[in-house]
Amino acid sequence: MRELLIEKQVITAEEVRAAVETLDSRTAAGGAKVVAHAWCDPEYRQRLLNDGPAACRELGIDIGPTRLIVVENTQAVHNVIVCTLCSCYPRMLLGLPPDWYKAREYRSRVVREPRSVLREFGTELPDNVAVRVHDSTADMRYLVLPLRPAGSENLGENRLAELVTRDCMIGVTRPVMLP
Amino acid sequence: MGHRLQIGDRVVVRTGATPGHIRTPRYVQGKTGVVERVCGAFANPEELAYGRAGLPARTLYRVRFRQTELWPGYRESREDTLDVELYEHWLRPAED
Repeated sequence: MRELLIEKQVITAEEVRAAVETLDSRTAAGGAKVVAHAWCDPEYRQRLLNDGPAACRELGIDIGPTRLIVVENTQAVHNVIVCTLCSCYPRMLLGLPPDWYKAREYRSRVVREPRSVLREFGTELPDNVAVRVHDSTADMRYLVLPLRPAGSENLGENRLAELVTRDCMIGVTRPVMLP
Repeated sequence: MGHRLQIGDRVVVRTGATPGHIRTPRYVQGKTGVVERVCGAFANPEELAYGRAGLPARTLYRVRFRQTELWPGYRESREDTLDVELYEHWLRPAED
């Protein structure tokens, strides 16, 4: 396919190489920066929920044509992301997906027994918190905006970003204060 | 491009998948949910998968289902829900 597109002069080899390099350079640090900023700036948080791609660009993170939806955890709702059909993932904000995210077991089980799966990740949710699974079946990509952990009130944005792991932006864990 | 369904509308997902590439999981087919948001119009992936242009673009929605609607015998919590992206041609308004 690549060779054909290059031969037909639809794209150049250099464009393919540059796109792969950009994608490979992305890590969950991008997503963590966005989350930490949203925790510190309520107006930014609202912009992030309204228009994810634009809010990322504000922080200098270009997610290209990715159609991003940010879903917010609250005291009443916990969100978790999956792609049951393949392995759609917000790579421009989180880097490459972990192997378990692409595995058939996670993809088939998290939609039908999410609390059991979360428990296996060490995440025990109280009964009064509803679990909302997001199946990324088509053109949207998702990022969970986790709850800011208790006890983090005095931390600055960079320290907060260290608490925001890949897994809590997928929604299988929640951020905790580092010891 | 206009869209037929509005946020809050109750919808039923069509059944009877055609062979080939579809983006509608089997577990939501025939189930009733509520439109959560309108995502916009996109080239139809069922056409794109075969090298066609996918036009006219189809409206994509996010539809929210109760887990108890999707899975008979779901026991984890009655409040749990699942959101999924579905194209307009897979949805019809629920009767009632």
